Amino acid sequence: MTQTTPAFDEMTTDGLVRGPYAEIARWLAATPREALERRRHEAELLFRRVGITFAVYGEGGDPERLIPFDIIPRILAHAEWEELSRGLAQRVKALNLFLLDVYGAQEILRAGRIPAALVRGNEAFRPEMKGFVPPGGVYTHIAGIDVVRTAPHEFWVLEDNCRTPSGVSYMLEGREAMLRLFPDLCARHRIAPVGHYPEELLEALKSVAPPNCRGLPRVAILTPGSYNSAYYEHCFLADEMGVEVVEGPDLFVENDVVHMRTTTGPQRVDVIYRRIDDDYLDPRVFKPESVLGVAGLMAAYKAGNVTLANAPGAGIADDKAIYPYVPEMVRFYLGEEPLLANVPTWLCERDEDRAHVLGHLDELVVKLTKGSGGYGMLVGPHSTAEQRAEFAARIRAKPADYIAQPTLALSTVPTLVEKGIAPRHVDLRPFVLFGKEVRIVPGGLTRVALREGSLVVNSSQGGGTKDTWVLEDDPADIAKPTGGAG
Amino acid sequence: MLSRTADSLYWLGRYIERAGNNARGLQVALRMASLTRGVDQRDGAWRALLVASGCEPGFRATGAAPTQEAVVRHLAADPANPSSILACIEAARRNARAVRTALTVDMWEAVNETWGEARRTTEATFAPDNLPAFLDWVKSRTILFNGAYADTMLRDEAWRFVRLGTMIERADNTARVLDVHHHALAGAEGQGAVAYVQWQAILRSVSALRAYHWVYHARLEPQRIAELLLLRPELPRSVIACYARIEETLEDIAVAHGGRRGECHRLAGEMHARLRFGRIEDIMAGGLHAFLTVTIDRNIELGRQIQDFYLQA
Repeated sequence: MTQTTPAFDEMTTDGLVRGPYAEIARWLAATPREALERRRHEAELLFRRVGITFAVYGEGGDPERLIPFDIIPRILAHAEWEELSRGLAQRVKALNLFLLDVYGAQEILRAGRIPAALVRGNEAFRPEMKGFVPPGGVYTHIAGIDVVRTAPHEFWVLEDNCRTPSGVSYMLEGREAMLRLFPDLCARHRIAPVGHYPEELLEALKSVAPPNCRGLPRVAILTPGSYNSAYYEHCFLADEMGVEVVEGPDLFVENDVVHMRTTTGPQRVDVIYRRIDDDYLDPRVFKPESVLGVAGLMAAYKAGNVTLANAPGAGIADDKAIYPYVPEMVRFYLGEEPLLANVPTWLCERDEDRAHVLGHLDELVVKLTKGSGGYGMLVGPHSTAEQRAEFAARIRAKPADYIAQPTLALSTVPTLVEKGIAPRHVDLRPFVLFGKEVRIVPGGLTRVALREGSLVVNSSQGGGTKDTWVLEDDPADIAKPTGGAG
Repeated sequence: MLSRTADSLYWLGRYIERAGNNARGLQVALRMASLTRGVDQRDGAWRALLVASGCEPGFRATGAAPTQEAVVRHLAADPANPSSILACIEAARRNARAVRTALTVDMWEAVNETWGEARRTTEATFAPDNLPAFLDWVKSRTILFNGAYADTMLRDEAWRFVRLGTMIERADNTARVLDVHHHALAGAEGQGAVAYVQWQAILRSVSALRAYHWVYHARLEPQRIAELLLLRPELPRSVIACYARIEETLEDIAVAHGGRRGECHRLAGEMHARLRFGRIEDIMAGGLHAFLTVTIDRNIELGRQIQDFYLQA
């Protein structure tokens, strides 16, 4: 099961090493396999010791697993990153304006640029937010935009994550691990730092303090608790920012003001970076059986006494059925052409799209509109006839639940695997912060599909991570022959 | 500090201390069992350990006879017994994980690695030949944890709540160890070799046999043993040493909170005063058991008051 078309390898093109990877190629050629293995093992020990795990309870086995970390970095030259980050900033601005609009005047729907039914009938659309403008007009304070690459200058947005994107702790800890394990290799590059992300995040959160906040805003992270898969990240960010990580029962609302229970008595909370889903935020407004949230939180929010980041209802902007219209949003709100391309997407609920999808199942990737984590996906070229028949039946039964996209030849980066160093497909999730302005720490989370030929990078499906280096300079693009590396 | 954070820190301190105390208790009971003759005496030693660890009612509910094998299993490994060593390690780690950011890296690693190794224990770990090594390991891990927090934590609120947990648990343990052997100390069982073994056992249970000799330079004698464990501030596991730290810690918290105090502060002060100004002759005359019963009950009440005032606010 290999790619039909050869993928773009970010290190080696036509037997030549691309400029940003020149040092890496030299290092890989000069370092014995056992030494790399030893470092990989050390990296694993490091992650295990610090406790950087993601929790998987209820599946048996070790409840706290490590996401495999690959020690060969993924590198972007300065100019490549600049091009990408301009596109990301543009996209996130448009997504935010879209949210402001759909919960306000709905001009884009009235102009007929997005089918109104797609928004109003969508589960991710929160009527509770209609007519309310969050502090600073910001909905997506933290967005994770998943980007894939198919050629030196071809970046595609695979999906937007506007609710509670996770993974930033891997970006930060991955860098820490690399600096510790390979100080010399790092020193031979001019790597743009990422360590200030928590400070940038705190600034962004403080900049959207609610109108009734007096004095310095007090920020807290709201977590579903220690059994959540991203709990480590919640604690890590709280620690780095010097704020409390709270659970629902630690908070209470009195007179529309949110307080946390402390050993010195109640303390007012102004900005909540919440890492729980909309549905669980407030049992009085959303799911009544939720014990993760806080009763009265939405009333406090609407009264201007607390800011929720990201805003409830932001999920309508990253819905897979809305995704095909993001380029339209950029044109509509910003009057610009999108800098980052969307992957062509067929919505199975449209008759002509569905016919195309059913006729080309062996070429396409089919995804659930509500799915995430790489579950419930069909990768056409890697599928069996039975799997395709099964998906065809499911699509016919519930067309609105499925979208399809062409199978992209995701770029590859050399990766240390069982049988040596081999190319593996990667994606990239940069984290875009939006407070007073858009800020992007140069880099992101590179996820790598460790199985040969696999295009699914999710950690739940055998994916790993790599440190992502954005260089502060632009090495001459194509440098030299590989010299035996790769 | 969040009340929930304080609660987790407090219980982290308690569970680690309890794991260590259980390991000490088991070590001593193993020794007693190999020194004493006759099934009755041996089972008596195991029953005493169950009582001293507060696990007697739970054990009785299992319906098992107090044989060495059953008691060891119950106190060391039984996941259904919340005070078993493995359950304590699990609970300590659960509390530590819930407040990761309040711990230093060294504390976290001490707990997390202990937990990781505890998960690798098997049936064979608790077999008679392997048990001593396991118990030594538990003791050394709890000492590592105590050292990690003594050496690396800021002297702030987080440190105070861990310490409070450690000391409440330790005071409870020392009082119970004494109480379960109060017959031997009251002279009811004579002054023979058996009593002597029991006196040694009491001192070993709180790592105080050497200390006794350094303090008194004399042979073992019930009243001195009781005095050492109750009233001598220089013994780190004596009840008064624990109470000196409990009172001091509660006072530091109150001062940091602008003088906010509750029943827990009064009770801790009263308990400490009772030990500071009490005389061992009077305690023995009034009945050691009666004194210890009050001590244990009030210690439980103090725990409840701390819970109400700080941890579930």
